[in-house]
Amino acid sequence: MRLLIKICLIICLSSFFKINVSAGEKADLIKQNWPFDGFFGRFDQSSIQRGFQVYREVCAGCHGIKYIAYRDLANVGFTTDEIKSIASEYEILDGPNDEGEMFDRLAKPSDKFVGPYLNDKEARVANNGAYPPDLSLITKARAGGADYLYNLLNGYKDPPENLEISDGMYFNTIYPGNQIAMPMPIVDEIVEYEDETPATQDQIIRDVTSFLVWTAEPELEERKVLGIRVLIFLIIITLMLLAVKRKVWKDVE
Amino acid sequence: MSSEKNELKGVTGWIDKRLPVFTFINHNLRDYPTPKNLSYFWNFGSLAGVTLVIMIVTGILLAMQYTANADLAFDSVERIMRDVNNGWLLRYIHMNGASMFFIVVYIHIFRGLYYGSFKAPREILWILGVLILLLMMATAFMGYVLPWGQMSFWGATVITNLFSAFPVIGDYIVTFLWGGFSVDNPTLTRFFVLHYLMPFLIVGVVGLHIVALHQFGSNNPLGIDVKSEGDTIPFHPYYTVKDYFGLGVFLIIFFGLVFFAPNFLGHPDNYIPADPLVTPAHIVPEWYFLPFYAILRAVPDKLMGVILMFAAVMVLFVLPWLDTHKTRSAQFRPYYKQFFWLFFINCLILGWVGSMPAEGLYVLISRLATGYYFLFFLVILPILSRYENTRTIPTSIAASVLSDKFGNEKTSTENI
Repeated sequence: MRLLIKICLIICLSSFFKINVSAGEKADLIKQNWPFDGFFGRFDQSSIQRGFQVYREVCAGCHGIKYIAYRDLANVGFTTDEIKSIASEYEILDGPNDEGEMFDRLAKPSDKFVGPYLNDKEARVANNGAYPPDLSLITKARAGGADYLYNLLNGYKDPPENLEISDGMYFNTIYPGNQIAMPMPIVDEIVEYEDETPATQDQIIRDVTSFLVWTAEPELEERKVLGIRVLIFLIIITLMLLAVKRKVWKDVE
Repeated sequence: MSSEKNELKGVTGWIDKRLPVFTFINHNLRDYPTPKNLSYFWNFGSLAGVTLVIMIVTGILLAMQYTANADLAFDSVERIMRDVNNGWLLRYIHMNGASMFFIVVYIHIFRGLYYGSFKAPREILWILGVLILLLMMATAFMGYVLPWGQMSFWGATVITNLFSAFPVIGDYIVTFLWGGFSVDNPTLTRFFVLHYLMPFLIVGVVGLHIVALHQFGSNNPLGIDVKSEGDTIPFHPYYTVKDYFGLGVFLIIFFGLVFFAPNFLGHPDNYIPADPLVTPAHIVPEWYFLPFYAILRAVPDKLMGVILMFAAVMVLFVLPWLDTHKTRSAQFRPYYKQFFWLFFINCLILGWVGSMPAEGLYVLISRLATGYYFLFFLVILPILSRYENTRTIPTSIAASVLSDKFGNEKTSTENI
């Protein structure tokens, strides 16, 4: 009887979690091996740097990353001078100055990334009514995370014949409802990498996904390094406590 | 009359004579006689206490950085995650701590249910515990609103709207809760204040819970009263070291989540800033509310659903008068034991359908499960209290330990 109950419980629990997970991700996502996955996951800096290039040349036309400051790029291997020159390519509205007037100035490393639009309304008008979301948190804000983004960007296919696509919409196998307002952003050779990595569609998508995982979870590496240390400490001290417990309880009966 | 061993001297003695803190600690944490047969299920009370402290400490530190304003809340949370030193660690501990708190408390409650810990003379102890659960639920719900993401906003909208089901006064209650005519800035600020206040109320009730506990001492797996000194051992060092070991195991799981799957139990939509104009496809509460959410949605009538959902918690308050069987532990109640496990599985099923859309087969399952939930408390328990015959109960804890040893030897030879 007890065994039966245990088996029932295990089946219930496991199906509970399985179903819960599958409910989150509607379309089947092809899982990728990311370097930042797992207990010892680390960022691939060169991939993130290439991804930043993709973001700037392809995505930044419509999408902002407002939670990232220019100086944060130092964490993925950019030098202070590089960051200064990147920041100085953007203009920012500041003020009021001593005369009470607002003025434009060049962005500084401590400023957050300047977005493509002044406000949501302008963003919608420029994009046929659709709102291009800020990408800082995108991999955390979608079920499936990095895999979702990778599959979405790879998900542009020819629509099936019986499907009518609305004006200004594009067919995508992953996007909920299969009609997305964003045209296929990434194709082979859309960027030219400085480090001579072949700019295939797949490579570009992997790089920009890595970059956006970093913008969403900049603490990921620090978290996993600290996590391993904390767990090792806890496991050792727990084993020691178990030994003490056994010793103390030896004579109790 | 304390024994000579415990007579305090010097400065401690001087202080203790005027303010008996040391006598108090001695009495409640050291000499405190505890049944010697407690299983690891008795660890969860102290684990809940530790989790409460962790939540309060991380919560206070987070509140120093958080901004309770509808326009700034989401950004201030991201600032904590990115710019505040170790802010991500504090927030992930606090976030996952809420889930761990409910896991621990739910196990604690099921343990009480299984071993009859709610029965005389521990009724008030149990009622205080249910009160803590209610306060925890309110606190957790309001805490989830604070990051002001999509699920925060829409969860708050759905749950506060439930009160509109009450006739005549419903709309007034909702407006009163919101501080306006929709979930907005006033709602956020009052939720923040209450979220900060309520944990301290919980601390107060936990204090009373412990006073009530120490009046008669812990129940135990046999569910029989302590008869003599031979049945008990002092709390320290036996249960302090056992609790520490349990705490170690608990922290390994807790920090495993915090460091390696911090968002596993959360919902991705809550990383999208709240937008009153865009409703998420599925609004689901946090996992620990799912069984109650399932009961709410099982009923086609809104008012009845709300009443049943509240009744699902309220029924716990009167449990000591529903199950009046003299035997406490399910070990000696063959029928109760089976209905208990069915009830436990039923709760898991309720949690599962709560996470599913309310359509098709899920509605039927949720209705059956809701039916059994109340059947268990309102029909099965009173009937069993009257008619169930129990197995032979050992005369004392010490006697049971000895006979168990003997019994085990017997069965092991039979197996050969």
